[in-house]
This record gives sequence, C-alpha cells and structure tokens, in this order.
Amino acid sequence: MNRTIAYITFRGMLGRRRALLLFALPALLLVLAVTLRATGNNDLDISTVVLQRFALGTVLPLLGLIAGTGVIGPEIDDGQIMYILTKPISRSVIITTKLAVAIALIIGFGVIPTLVAGLILTGTLAQLAVAFAVAVLVGGTAYCAVFVALAVYSRFAVTIGLMYALIWESLIGNFAPGAKNLSIQQWSLAIAKSLTSATAVKADISLGAAVVLLIIVSAGGTLLATTRLRTLSVTSAD
Amino acid sequence: MTTPSATPSAIHDIGYRHYDGPRLGRAYILRSLFVQNLRAAYGLGRPAKAKALPFILFAFMLVPALGSIALVALSKEPRLLIRYSAYTIDLQILVAIFLATQSPVLASRELRSHVIPLYFSRPVGALDFVLAKFGAFTTALFVLLATPVTLLYAGALATRDPKAKSLLNARPGDTPSHVDSVGTHTLHYLGALTGCLLFALVLAALGLVIAAWTPRRGFGVAAVMAVYMLSSTIVLIVQGIATTQGHYEVAGWAGLFSVFNLIDIVQAKLLGATSTMDVPTSALAGPAAALLCAAIVAGALAILYTRFRKAGTS
Repeated sequence: MNRTIAYITFRGMLGRRRALLLFALPALLLVLAVTLRATGNNDLDISTVVLQRFALGTVLPLLGLIAGTGVIGPEIDDGQIMYILTKPISRSVIITTKLAVAIALIIGFGVIPTLVAGLILTGTLAQLAVAFAVAVLVGGTAYCAVFVALAVYSRFAVTIGLMYALIWESLIGNFAPGAKNLSIQQWSLAIAKSLTSATAVKADISLGAAVVLLIIVSAGGTLLATTRLRTLSVTSAD
Repeated sequence: MTTPSATPSAIHDIGYRHYDGPRLGRAYILRSLFVQNLRAAYGLGRPAKAKALPFILFAFMLVPALGSIALVALSKEPRLLIRYSAYTIDLQILVAIFLATQSPVLASRELRSHVIPLYFSRPVGALDFVLAKFGAFTTALFVLLATPVTLLYAGALATRDPKAKSLLNARPGDTPSHVDSVGTHTLHYLGALTGCLLFALVLAALGLVIAAWTPRRGFGVAAVMAVYMLSSTIVLIVQGIATTQGHYEVAGWAGLFSVFNLIDIVQAKLLGATSTMDVPTSALAGPAAALLCAAIVAGALAILYTRFRKAGTS
C-alpha cells in the first residue's frame, strides 16, 4: 500500500462529474427502497427481488466496472502511469493499492447503500440486508480484481467487462445454465443464500464451490494484473 | 487583423492577401462532418481494433433474422417470423452495447483531446457541428436497426405462399397465415422502419448527451450503460410489482421511464404494431410517449449545443 498513490487515485475517481455517476447508482437504490417502503411493497419476496436484481445484479457490476477499470485504466491510457512506474515502488504495491481504492469505493457506494436499503425494506428480518451486503462486498472484490486486470491488459476493458456482465452473466446465463457456474453474480448469490433464511434467495452453485472460485478469481486477477504491469508498454491513446 | 464577423475567413487569413474565390460553403462543411462522424461510428478509417466491435455487433444483429427466415422457409409457417416491430426490442442488449461503446467515439474523443476550438476556428458553427454529429449517429444506429428488419421483410416475401390473401380483403374467419400478403408485410415493415428511425433518434440523443457529459475514457461507456441498465431494471421491478397487484395501467405508464418501453408504446399506440411489453390502454399514452421522444431529442440537441460551444471557447 502506498498512501500517495491511493490519494491520487481517490482524487481521480471522485473528481468533478465522475463522482456524480458513482453517487447516482446507490442513490437510485435508496430511492427505490424508500418508495417501496412508503407504498407498502416491502414484503420479503419483493425485497429479495430488489436486492438481488437491482443491488447485486445491476448496481454491483456497474460499480465494479467503474471502480475497477477507473482506478487504473485512464492513467494507462494517457500515459500518466509512467510517473508511477518509474518510481522505486514495487508493481504489486501499485496493484494492491489500486485494488484497495476500488474496494473502498465498492464499500462506500455499494456495500453500505445495500445494507441501508435492505434495512429500509425489511429491517433485520431473515438477516436479508446483512446477507446481501456481505454478498455485494465479496462479489465486488472479485469484480474489482477481474476488472483491474482487464484494464491493465486491454484499452477496451470497459467494453469487454460490459459484455461479460451483460451477455455472459445475464443473457447466456438465462439460456445455458452451465454459464452460471462461471458467474461472479451467482457466486455472490450463493454467499447471500447461506447467510439468510429467506427462501426466495436461490443459488445454482454450492457455498463451498462459490467461496473457492471467488478466492481464485480475486487472487488470480491481482496476480495477472501485477505480472502484466511489469511488462507494460505505453502506446499512444486512440 | 480584420474583424472576425466581417468575412468568412478563418485563422489562416493573417491579412496579407485575401482569398476572394468561391468557398465551398456551409452545406459542404455539414456534409464533411456528417460523413466523417458516420465513418467514425463504425470505426472506418481507424485501426482494426476500432472496427471490430461495431461490426461484430452488426453481424450479431443479423443472426436472429437469418435464423428466423430459415425457420419459416423450412416449416412453411409464416407466423414463426419474428415481428418487425419487436426485433429491436428483443435484441435491445446488443443495441445498448453498440450505443454505449460508440457514443463516446463520437461525443467524447474531441472533448478529451481538447481540439474543439480548432474546429470552431474554421467557419464551422457549434450548431452545425452538433447537428452533423447527431445526424451521423442517428444514421449509424438506423443502419444497425433497419438492416435486419429489411432482411426479415425480404425473407418474408421470398418464402411467402403466393396463394395467401391480403389483409385488406381478409375475412374474419381467416387464420393469421392467410394474411401473409405483400400488402400486410409492407404495411408492418414500413411501421417498423418508422419505429427504427424513432429508436435511432432517441437513442442517439441520449447516448451523445451522456457521453459528452463524461469525456473520460471508459466512463462514457459505463455511464451510457448505467442509464440503460438502471432505467430498464427499475421499470421491470416496478412493472412486476404493479402487475401482481393488478395495477396494469400503472405498469404501462411506468414504461415511459425506459427508452425501449417508451418507443414500444409509440409503436403500439401510433404505428399500429402489437406491443412487446406492458403498454397503457389509455389513448393519451401514444401522444404522450411521442411528445416525450420529441422532448428528449430537442433537449439533447440543446444540451449538446451549449456543451460543445463552451468547449470551443476554452
């Protein structure tokens, strides 16, 4: 961990208009939760749908994409990464710092809003809020590791990440159930299922497998990003 | 120095000898900008990496149409053809990905590299600049949406049973396969093309505004996608809740908040198509949705105009 890199990355992520996008995602989740609570549509099934489809299925991949690629992608793109790479800082420190910032953003804009939204919707009923907050944290960590690695590897990281989240996890996952075995969203859902007694939470994969896969993907993403950063060649943008 | 407004000269005229010959004029500028932006939307004139995604998405858009035509040809059952007006809505994820990845190409690149003042130092107005961009992106999207629908139409006519009757002289007892006539197909096809144009206009407007608002690389893509995913998911959840409680009218009106539902309402209410998603039964819904579309396009053009004009002065 390097404090200066972390500070610069935070400033880059939260500067000006970009922060608005990050704030808008959890804000919508909270508005939805409050509206549903106010209109009395907050039974366990609806709350599960909101937390599963909206918090875990929509807000989290977007947040992971923005945070994961945003902490390192633009710097590689405009060549600023050179100012860090030419300093005597180990590559693994750079990647872990970037990853830590991304995860901190996930906690601030994903985990806490999910917990609050869950509490607004159901209170502490069936531990639903806590279960999904933990799932968002674990899933968010995996998303960030994958997307940081993607951003180091390709300049089209956001597009590739989007296609993974949209086409693989949502579209193909619906038609070919096998694709769900390789979906961060499903692994997180398995974690959520093990923590709540709500029957509406269904997962297609066992808890053990999910935990192992999440650890492999998170560690693998970090490792790949570090290796790639050692041999990074900065080419001109666009 | 001559006064800037007195002559159409640009910065290269530093007052030594004036050029008095004919100038190519505003239409030429507009056309050049339009062509350049249209080519950029498909990555033409840029490296292979920039071409890959738009062309892959374009190819994917055609696959279901070809499959559907093959199915009709083999089964002799015209009802199996995908409905023209439903095609864009069925493949909305591909359309959304195209929109998200290509709108920053048109709207953010010049902002990011701060070259807008260079455009405006020539006789190019901010309005022309924005109109050319909007027109080019609308055309690019329309090509993406209308090509598979046209393919479906051609396939339907090629595989049609010539003995089928026209919709116009169809009798109440006729089965749907009997109304498989050229007239019916053409009518539905033209309706769907209008729908495609409407989709192209509204999507281009939204995509360009969002991308111009977040020029940082990657953020534009994520922002356009976020707007699409959040709006459609929220509308889906609200419609789900409203439908289970029997508030079908509320479910229909909720569609105004998601682009694809919005234009589905216009298609169903004003263009004579069968609705693909929840649509309000009220007769007001069609005009309201159409008005909203017009407001989105007009608002987007106004925002883009001020955005680029400001970027041109700094």
